[in-house]
Amino acid sequence: MALIDLANPTRFLAFARAAIPIAGVLAAGLLAVGIYLAFFVAPEDYQQGATVRILYIHVPSAWLGMACYVVMTLSALGTLVWKHPLADVSQKAAAPIGAAFTLLCLVTGALWGRPMWGTYWVWDARLTSTLVLLLIYLGLIALWRTVEDPGRAGRAAAVLTLVGAVNIPIIKFSVDWWNTLHQPTSVIRLGGPTIHSSILTPLLIMAIGATALFVALHLSAMRNEILRRRVRTLRILAAQRGATA
Amino acid sequence: MTALIALVVRDLRLAVRVGGGAFVGVLFFLAVVVVMPFAIGPDLNLLRRIGPAILWIGALLASLLALDRLFAQDQEDGTLDLLLTARTPLELVAAAKGLAHWIATGLPLVLAAPVLSLLLNLEPLAIGAVVLTLLVGTPALTFIGLVGAALAVTLRRGGLLVAVLILPLSIPILIFGISASNAAVTGGLPFGAPFTILCALSLGSLVLGPIAAGAAIRAGLD
Repeated sequence: MALIDLANPTRFLAFARAAIPIAGVLAAGLLAVGIYLAFFVAPEDYQQGATVRILYIHVPSAWLGMACYVVMTLSALGTLVWKHPLADVSQKAAAPIGAAFTLLCLVTGALWGRPMWGTYWVWDARLTSTLVLLLIYLGLIALWRTVEDPGRAGRAAAVLTLVGAVNIPIIKFSVDWWNTLHQPTSVIRLGGPTIHSSILTPLLIMAIGATALFVALHLSAMRNEILRRRVRTLRILAAQRGATA
Repeated sequence: MTALIALVVRDLRLAVRVGGGAFVGVLFFLAVVVVMPFAIGPDLNLLRRIGPAILWIGALLASLLALDRLFAQDQEDGTLDLLLTARTPLELVAAAKGLAHWIATGLPLVLAAPVLSLLLNLEPLAIGAVVLTLLVGTPALTFIGLVGAALAVTLRRGGLLVAVLILPLSIPILIFGISASNAAVTGGLPFGAPFTILCALSLGSLVLGPIAAGAAIRAGLD
């Protein structure tokens, strides 16, 4: 199905009705298997001990926190360039989910950092840029709540989203550009991952599960937003009818 | 081109004659710098060490505060509609307004910085470094802030939100501005690398800021 077919909200709702359960079941199954593997099967790291299990949550939420912003950036382009009618719905729905994943990433990272680095927080390049990502998410959510008309809010948020997208490559490459405390990239790199398969397999299962969870949450949030806008339109119409009668 | 020069001159005249924008900004800068020693204690050695940071924070806050009226004022009196219908591209109009805003509010901060750094017990070399980094860095603050100012057209009752939206984007400027000035103060680290990155950030925001601001204004008005 082409993206343009989903421009019709009714058709999108039908698609969402079919897709949400599939993504939801996939997410529940994969996350259950992933958590079982991560907490009971995967070996302890020879240096990190049991704390390595935190990273099965930390790494997927970091990936999703960034991926969600990429989705928002594409949606922002959809709003400003192609004027796709559901692009700003997608963008609004994605912001709180991305903020939640980013917050989860920061919190689990802090819990891991306390025993491993001896501190909850350092002003390291990657940590700082991830915190900036969270601030941008929160600013965008505040922007959505300030402007009442969804169309105007969507275009304003789209401009800000595109400006904030500068931060994504900074987060991705922060560990390569500045040699600070956070370890360099170890999964997606030239020459293959530096992680042993006994740890890598549960990690990838968790990552795919988290992605499925994101798809399910995003589609449900979009559906809710469409319904919320319909309710808003109906209320305005009812009020107008009441005023003229 | 003449239209843009006329716009810059008009904005400068307004800034000087109405409301005393530049003066209030410098006064706020002074207030922030004066309040700091009360909060941290009048230890001159400590103040000398963190002086560049205090000056940069003061300049950042002062330039954020001046932002939200930049386009909103023109929207209220209808000037913005005229600018939109003019043949000059909106991006260039935004750039001209940003330039005028920087001359009216950013440049006075740079000029006030040497005087204020005496209050913080900075040495001549450190004063030079802070003034130089502020001179290069404040345009970046203004032109990134231009996006927030353009969003204020949509927001109407934006105020504080504009500052909240722009603050995360201006963090890199703060980082490189302060690391360049600190490098000059302590002498251990190279001054050139963070300083050239600061220049690059300024030039980049000079291009991107007006484009994004133009898009935001168009999005906010129709």
